[in-house]
Amino acid sequence: MVSTSAPAAEPGRATDVAPRSGDLIARLRDEENRPALVGYLPVGFPDVERSVEALLTLTDNGVDVIELGIPYSDPVMDGLVVQEAAQVALDGGVRVTHVFEAVRRIREHAPHVAVLVMTYWNPVLRYGVRDFATDLAAAGGSGLITPDLIPDEAGDWIAASDELGLDRVFLVAPSSTPDRLALTARASRGFVYAASLMGVTGVRAKVGDRAERLVTDTRAAGAEHVCVGIGVSTGAQAAEVGRWADGVIVGSALVRRLLGDDPWEERLRNLAEVTRDLASGVRSARAAHGAH
Amino acid sequence: MSLAERLADVTGPYFGEFGGRFVPEALIAALDELETEYAKAAGDPAFGAELARLHREYTGRPSPLTEVPRFAAHATGDGAPGSVRVLLKREDLNHTGSHKINNVLGQALLVKRMGKRRVIAETGAGQHGVATATAAALMDLECVIYMGEEDTRRQALNVARMRLLGAEVVPVTAGTRTLKDAINEALRDWVTNVEHTHYVLGTVTGPHPFPEMVRQFHRIIGEEARGQVLERTGRLPDAVAACVGGGSNALGIFNAFLDDEGVALYGFEAGGEGVESGRHAARFSGGSPGVLHGARSYLLQDDDGQTRPSHSVSAGLDYPSVGPAHSWLHDLGRAEYEPVTDDEAMEAFRLLCRTEGIIPAIESAHALAGALKLGRRAVAEARTGPDGAPYTVLVNLSGRGDKDVATAARWFGLLDDGVAAQELEKMEGRG
Repeated sequence: MVSTSAPAAEPGRATDVAPRSGDLIARLRDEENRPALVGYLPVGFPDVERSVEALLTLTDNGVDVIELGIPYSDPVMDGLVVQEAAQVALDGGVRVTHVFEAVRRIREHAPHVAVLVMTYWNPVLRYGVRDFATDLAAAGGSGLITPDLIPDEAGDWIAASDELGLDRVFLVAPSSTPDRLALTARASRGFVYAASLMGVTGVRAKVGDRAERLVTDTRAAGAEHVCVGIGVSTGAQAAEVGRWADGVIVGSALVRRLLGDDPWEERLRNLAEVTRDLASGVRSARAAHGAH
Repeated sequence: MSLAERLADVTGPYFGEFGGRFVPEALIAALDELETEYAKAAGDPAFGAELARLHREYTGRPSPLTEVPRFAAHATGDGAPGSVRVLLKREDLNHTGSHKINNVLGQALLVKRMGKRRVIAETGAGQHGVATATAAALMDLECVIYMGEEDTRRQALNVARMRLLGAEVVPVTAGTRTLKDAINEALRDWVTNVEHTHYVLGTVTGPHPFPEMVRQFHRIIGEEARGQVLERTGRLPDAVAACVGGGSNALGIFNAFLDDEGVALYGFEAGGEGVESGRHAARFSGGSPGVLHGARSYLLQDDDGQTRPSHSVSAGLDYPSVGPAHSWLHDLGRAEYEPVTDDEAMEAFRLLCRTEGIIPAIESAHALAGALKLGRRAVAEARTGPDGAPYTVLVNLSGRGDKDVATAARWFGLLDDGVAAQELEKMEGRG
């Protein structure tokens, strides 16, 4: 990756500028000897106001990086849990611009947290790549995670994110060849997202060895930071993955706590509980093992 | 693409500014493998010979060319025959009843070469699903077909056909429960099982190399038809008409005429209840460029880039995007795309049944309705072929209508007998 070692605040940038996710991950590694906890939730589920409440619950309970999803009509990388939440949000009338509002409110509430927006590519194309990047930066967003955009197709986004100093997180998969790992590592800024199990998002019983191999290979291909997603649902799993990953990404396990018919306050309590469990998992990941 | 290149030979990943690979990284290795294997196979005479043998002995190619003068007479307004000729390329007579088999046999041979053992496919009307299930049975491959739940009702007979052929049919209940959602589910399956599974994409959409490769497997339609029309009429047609869902049958027949300047090319999209009603699948008159299912192309979308639901009486045309090569031909002005409404398509459907004894697929009936419009326009504008020869329209009759009999019976109110109507409802899973 190109710029993760750049200073946090460049000359001329405001001190309250959005944290770079790479800097945040490096600081957690160097000062706290632990991986970052990255938590995903979609904006607008079950409505915009309550989705912000849920996002603030994450930052209040130990999440370091927010992955804020834009609900999309055709989410081919998402499993049933995230699909269901996204559909509710869309049916409820969520708009792309709500994501900027949510970013702003998270950053006001928790200025230390980096907020990356996770989005399929067509909503950004439709908004205008340059316009989207400008409005995201203005809201205090740190960058984008793009599950269906590979660096080969990302010329406009790479130019806009360079210009505005935004992180761009591309994905790698167990099927990625060494050449593609290198290409993706070079194009990414912040971290590389390792989709650890072949497949779409969802809670899985076990996180495989392939994930560790993929992280090792991606680092060998030049990535400074590699975070692992798809599969983690408990603090114990977060601790296991956190031994060798720079960040542990959790999505479906969080969204699942917000589905169902329980009173909203009850769902938020469940979300807080699982978040604390995951946060304690990443904090214990390396305690008995020393730095990696 | 180079300027000297013939339009017919333009290759991916981009057709003009359309196409590309907007897919998860997890699929890139499989797409690269497919591209490499396809390139090797295309240069391997043994592959070509095996595909040609299957076309001849299994599919029944070449498919015939049928002139339909009693149908064509309805294009002339006063019914006077002779001033408009309509010729049908009979892809409906292929084994499995549509053009889809051309592509599926090609891809199935590639699957064997790649050593994969499982195939998945999406299907709308069920024609591509039936063709894939057929090839899987023939070549001993495990087969799973994803089909929108709404379409499993509209096309219940094809669901039974696929199951008879040994395929597992998975009704998709997400989103709009139609073709678009079946593709989403197939892509999810592929991302998860990519190491041993091949996705037999059924049309000229999707990430590179599918749009180019599927066109190559269907170009035989146009190549045969071009020769047949020349032999029958002594010249090229004035116009070629095809229906356009994803666009594989249209591109297959267009391709042989792309570099013939005198041949006008017309793609007919599903106008549904009318473009102004908002319930249609007219991507060119009602959409704009965007990304869906791996390719940049014209797309029905809202201001936020969310896919808008499409609508058509024909499940096979009920898709919010279109193959990128069609978007390219549209913007080049080389082909014209017009909507045909449900009503117009069903009228042409009935007309071909009654005048020629051929029951077309409702998809293909959109092309037939388009041909009638072209003929009427030519008559109104007193346009003819060279030296006053009749204005000649070549239509790709891409599929047969057996699967659509239930829909047509209801549309036209053909079942006045209560028991028969009940049987029909049961057959469609509504009983």
